[in-house]
Amino acid sequence: MQRIVLIAVPYFWLVALFLVPFLIVLKISLSDPALAIPPYAPTLDLAAGWQGFLEFLRALDLDNFVFLTEDDLYWKAYWSSLKIAFTATFITLLVGYPIAYAMARSAPEWRPTLLMLVILPFWTSFLIRVYAWMGILSSEGVLNQALMWLGLISDPLTILNTNIAVYIGIVYTYLPFMILPIYSGLERMDDSLIEAAEDLGASKLGAFWLVTFPLSVQGVIAGCFLVFIPTIGEFVIPSLLGGSETLMIGKVLWEEFFNNRDWPVASAVAIILLLILVIPIILFQRNEQKAREADQ
Amino acid sequence: MRRFSRFNAVSLTLGFAFLYLPMLILVIYSFNSNKLVTVWAGFSTKWYGELFQNEAFLDAAWVTLRVAVISSTLATILGTMAAYALVRAGRFSGRTLFSGMIYAPLVMPEVITGLSLLLLFIGIGLDRGVFTIILAHTTFSMAFVSVVVSSRLVSFDRSLEEAALDLGATPFDAFRLVTLPIIAPAVISGWLLAFTLSLDDLVIASFTSGPSATTLPIKIFSAVRLGVSPEINALSTIMIGLVTVGVITASLVSKNTALRHERDAKAAERT
Amino acid sequence: MVNSTSFAPWNDPHAKPLIQFKNVTKRFGAFVAIEDLTQDIFAQEFFALLGPSGCGKTTMMRMLAGFETPTQGQILIDGQDMANVPPNKRAVNMMFQSYALFPHLSVWENIAFGLKRDGKSKSEIETRVAEMLRLTRLEKFKSRKPHQISGGQRQRVALARSLAKGPKLLLLDEPLGALDKKLREETQFELMDIQEKTGTTFVIVTHDQEEAMTVASRVAVMDEGRIVQVDTPDKIYEEPNSVYVADFIGDVNLLRGQATARKDGSGDGGISIAWAMEQPDLIASNADQALTNKSVTLALRPEKVAISKERPPEDGPSGINALEGTVIDIGYLGNLSTYHVQLADGTMIKAQATNTRRVARRDISWEDTVWVSFTTTAGVVLEG
Repeated sequence: MQRIVLIAVPYFWLVALFLVPFLIVLKISLSDPALAIPPYAPTLDLAAGWQGFLEFLRALDLDNFVFLTEDDLYWKAYWSSLKIAFTATFITLLVGYPIAYAMARSAPEWRPTLLMLVILPFWTSFLIRVYAWMGILSSEGVLNQALMWLGLISDPLTILNTNIAVYIGIVYTYLPFMILPIYSGLERMDDSLIEAAEDLGASKLGAFWLVTFPLSVQGVIAGCFLVFIPTIGEFVIPSLLGGSETLMIGKVLWEEFFNNRDWPVASAVAIILLLILVIPIILFQRNEQKAREADQ
Repeated sequence: MRRFSRFNAVSLTLGFAFLYLPMLILVIYSFNSNKLVTVWAGFSTKWYGELFQNEAFLDAAWVTLRVAVISSTLATILGTMAAYALVRAGRFSGRTLFSGMIYAPLVMPEVITGLSLLLLFIGIGLDRGVFTIILAHTTFSMAFVSVVVSSRLVSFDRSLEEAALDLGATPFDAFRLVTLPIIAPAVISGWLLAFTLSLDDLVIASFTSGPSATTLPIKIFSAVRLGVSPEINALSTIMIGLVTVGVITASLVSKNTALRHERDAKAAERT
Repeated sequence: MVNSTSFAPWNDPHAKPLIQFKNVTKRFGAFVAIEDLTQDIFAQEFFALLGPSGCGKTTMMRMLAGFETPTQGQILIDGQDMANVPPNKRAVNMMFQSYALFPHLSVWENIAFGLKRDGKSKSEIETRVAEMLRLTRLEKFKSRKPHQISGGQRQRVALARSLAKGPKLLLLDEPLGALDKKLREETQFELMDIQEKTGTTFVIVTHDQEEAMTVASRVAVMDEGRIVQVDTPDKIYEEPNSVYVADFIGDVNLLRGQATARKDGSGDGGISIAWAMEQPDLIASNADQALTNKSVTLALRPEKVAISKERPPEDGPSGINALEGTVIDIGYLGNLSTYHVQLADGTMIKAQATNTRRVARRDISWEDTVWVSFTTTAGVVLEG
């Protein structure tokens, strides 16, 4: 009895507020836009019974998806989201790995504090962390002021509202996601492995490439997915730091919905985005599974 | 122990400078008296004063806080139940769908979660406002709660629950008197996580809020879209301050508990 | 060790068992943990379930506690079918292998946990917990948390907690497994003492045969979901009913051969066993002649095998079964030594001798040619 309640309550909640909404998105992506409220057709007329349901099914089609393939705005947006996410993930790895490595090699009594310092930004508002860069990167911002004061440049650089600002924003906000899994892998590593490698004739750099890095690969993969997956659908960073050249699918969906009020196309954009995300998510889960098995 | 090289020291210094300088700059400039945010014109706290005069911000803050408290509490209850069902209830029909639905929001882009919930609320004719934001936030943050709680439950020695049953406790009593107190730290972290997620959320709230309810992130977003603003700097400073104090306190408390525990355990072995 | 010669309800056909397993089978998927098991356990017994891991002993115990239900068959406690009785409604308590002490509660609160669930009054609880603390000598530690006491004290808290409700039946799952050897031996006697004082029926699960032999009134040796033999410790050791039991309990020499009834006119009866080419047949006068023409195993404890440099006289008691061999190895155990003697055909025989004198027996050394011998009643003849 208690067991049934325990399962049923969250189950029902998730069906009502996660599964059903998702099915609605799927359904609307197959509908046609209309100048009505709600702005799409057909709507399911329950009064018409089974016949009405069949009518309704017949009216659904893949027109919106065909439309997405015809307008290269969408292609470009998907492609550019993937490109930005991929590049940003790579940069985050380059920035995050040395930090995680240094943390793992620091004195054990320092590690909890360093760990806390990495986690602290997690708890700070994402929006504020992105916003902080607006004041730094703008043409009269702190960075340009500093560079001009140092005499390195004579005219302010245009960084804000470009893809560079987007990369900086992504690296900055997602850095902890990269550092934590790599650190936890490196921290568990037995120091005597490196000593053994050096004892067997490997140089310091050789020991790193042949022993340390291969053993941290699982953490690196986990970190990369943790950055890559949410970045694809990112909205806040491109809309605050990006410019007109920055094309990311999260922003396109938002605009399609709020500015163009084209619900069926917005829904189709969402469905394709999910399909794109399925592959990295499955790969990520494989990696986690492997890590768990290795632990046992 | 391995030697901490100069390269390591440089990585750490630059890394933490990168993580903290932007926020530090934000905090410093919140005390700038100049209306032009980026041009320093002397120390002032006037933007804090203006912030507290701004009814719209205060209203939004109040809405945000209410939404966060209610939705994180609901999410904690539902997420803990879900975690318990997944870890303890064994097989039941629809378990795969259940675990899929619990974990999917973790990887679901916020724009899609927001869009789908909005379409649902419109579909069933629910007026958008505080209530719908609470529903939305509860749904996406319960996933995070159940991840945190279930990872604690997995490592939980099941014989403790069996011992309680064996000593005559009903299954509910066993949960209330034994399981819950032991997993309480995980439940509390789950609540804090859900609370922060709700406080921070812009995208889902934008989709599911109506004209009657604006949350702080929505307010901030619409303000900063036009550029940097001194009042937002002041507001950000307050939020950063609160989080910093909270996190440092929490980590000091947990460090002390761990230390005391260790000392006790050592003392016990000597008796 | 037998607690008392008079306590043997299992021999009394009128005694009413406290626990009855009736054709109990338990399956986990395709795995059969318990197979068609029938067994009675009587009140005030100290009953040990002994076997290697995976033999089903823990499953039997968990079925008694109510954490598992039989797939087939019935379990009765005090004549009542336990099929639909949940663990919290059974007058059975369990001491867990991990102790399962509630880490957030003090020693006192841990012991009081079960009493509070019964809705006992405050003063009743106070009295009972105090009694339990005294019994387990834990008064000083009553307000400590489990992580603030030592392993041995934790073990006693677990015992006190499971005894507090005065259960009809106490289940102990490897209760001493987490203690070091010395503490384990002390605690064994403490357990027996407490069992006697409280008069509770104890069922203990263990893989440690010494522990089972020391504490139990009866030992059930289990293998692959079945009870192979149930008997008092001395009978299990001296009269194993199968090669499995003989081999599992203690050290043993197993000599396989073909049995024939003795016809040498000595009038002693028994059988002779043809067991190896070029070796004399072995005589077992205590064996049943019905085993004639069957293949049998003579199980022989090393301490019942004598070792000497000279052949023992043929008319002496141990002169009948005497075999010649070479000493391969000597295991010095302090109070006694075990000699590994290899016979001409390659068979290894273990013989044990007490080191009563400091230099005694030192005359036997590696590579020496010796005689191992045993009486005609020293071994047990088992079929198979």
